Amino acid sequence: MHAIEVDHLTKFYGRARGVLDLSFTVERGEIMGFLGPNGSGKTTTMRMLTCFFPPTSGTARICGHDIIREPLAVRRSIGYLPESVPLYLDMPVRSYLHFFAEVKGVPAHRRRQHVDAVIQQCGLEQYAHRLIRKLSKGYRQRVGIAQALLGDPEVLILDEPTIGLDPRQIIEIRNLIKELGTTRTIILSTHILPEVSMTCNRVIIMHEGRLVAVDRPENLMRRIQQTPQIMLRTDAPKQELRETLARVPGVRAVQHTVTGTAALDFYRIDTEPKADVVSELARVVVERGWHLHEIRPLDITLEQIFIQLISDEQKG
Amino acid sequence: MLTLAIARRELKAYFTSLIAYTVIATFLAVSGYFFYTNLVMFVMFVGADVRLGLWQQTFYDIRFVLVSLMPLLTMRLFAEEKKLGTIELLFTSPLQDWDIILGKYLASLTVLVLMLVLTFLYPALLAIVFSLDLAPVAAGYAGLFLMGAACIACGLFLSSLTENQIVAAMSTVGVLLLLWFLDWNEGIAGAAAITVLHQLSFSDHFLNFIRGVIELDDVVYYASVTTLFLFLTSCSLETRKWRGTA
Repeated sequence: MHAIEVDHLTKFYGRARGVLDLSFTVERGEIMGFLGPNGSGKTTTMRMLTCFFPPTSGTARICGHDIIREPLAVRRSIGYLPESVPLYLDMPVRSYLHFFAEVKGVPAHRRRQHVDAVIQQCGLEQYAHRLIRKLSKGYRQRVGIAQALLGDPEVLILDEPTIGLDPRQIIEIRNLIKELGTTRTIILSTHILPEVSMTCNRVIIMHEGRLVAVDRPENLMRRIQQTPQIMLRTDAPKQELRETLARVPGVRAVQHTVTGTAALDFYRIDTEPKADVVSELARVVVERGWHLHEIRPLDITLEQIFIQLISDEQKG
Repeated sequence: MLTLAIARRELKAYFTSLIAYTVIATFLAVSGYFFYTNLVMFVMFVGADVRLGLWQQTFYDIRFVLVSLMPLLTMRLFAEEKKLGTIELLFTSPLQDWDIILGKYLASLTVLVLMLVLTFLYPALLAIVFSLDLAPVAAGYAGLFLMGAACIACGLFLSSLTENQIVAAMSTVGVLLLLWFLDWNEGIAGAAAITVLHQLSFSDHFLNFIRGVIELDDVVYYASVTTLFLFLTSCSLETRKWRGTA
């Protein structure tokens, strides 16, 4: 049995499309990333899976429970962190968690111990008696995740768990998620590309409410990286530079992109996949006596992935 | 059981913020003032016979305080959760909508009962000096409770429509006042209309209670108003299913 099985899930808000005909499965113990720009239907999908609202058509099963027919059983098997990390700000951390432990059906005699365990797991020991209002954003996020862990749900659904955090907090939260992923099934949404490759086993790419691709992050990268690009900044004369670089093995094309400041020009160089041409290019430029100011492989941006995948799709 | 979990949290929220203390203190101060004024007036003008008239007058005044304060008690119930977004947590927890509605309703009702119980002091003080017939007093309290319960249900419903607490409170005041004065236009409403309006009016059904009489149809009236508003609250929560937001 799949941990999550989504079956032609569709949601319309009136006439506006939220999500269209979404189908995928998530296996037990997998961390599945939802990647897509704002408004691509990630939150809508999560709200349907958590039975916040029902789909317009289609359905999904969480641990074998149907989201339409057994919403309470589904909610019992899910821990959910909404995007805005809602919290009762005027409650101390421990009472807050206690309340949700009770709501999630943790029996009274185990509640205290269970809350303590979750507090420890999320590194909140020092803040257990603090009012949530007084906590920093990073710790509020931890309280949110702790809340999701109460009642030991098999599935965690985390909507943009690292948004708005500083870099150190982001790393801490990612590590926490990875650790949780060893024992649970997790769906997490993000619009940060590196986050997916760092934390997820598989990734779903959504665009305008539709599923564009499902694959392992490295496979997706490979699909996109048909033409790795290199950025070069130098003061070389344009025509000469182009002719010289074009002769370097592995180079497909050299494009002059922008004229930079201080007579430096930017070039984008398309290369063969897997060809390591950076050092060769650098050598050639320096040997000719030109100034090499910068050379680096270009990161793939989320935009490029979308453009690539969507144009792939349109081609058939 | 989950209803009680919600109710307990709401009660804690009432007493950790200052809302419950403020509402209770205001209620006791103003109703105490009314009680004192009425008592003095009765002793001076009617003689010491306070058996019935004093209570009629006092309950009549207290219900006014009650109607003006209930919206302040109920305004935060859903509006605050919507503003904070915590309503999404409740909606995605293994709770039925009715657990949430009844839990919140019970919490406000508890504060109402507490407010009323604290005023038992007035008849208790008098009972030391006079021999009191407590049955009519009890009927009056039953009336205050039933009416307060209906006000709370109304406030709960209007709080579920907005995320702005002030809007929730003001609209509740509006609806309660309208229900209150529904039959005050006897001069211009037709005879048939006024019969209907009398039946619908908050104030008309209250009169028997303060006379010391508990009539079944008055009880049924307040119970129906309460049920209606709780049902409307449930409908209001359901709208998330097609509107797509809390």
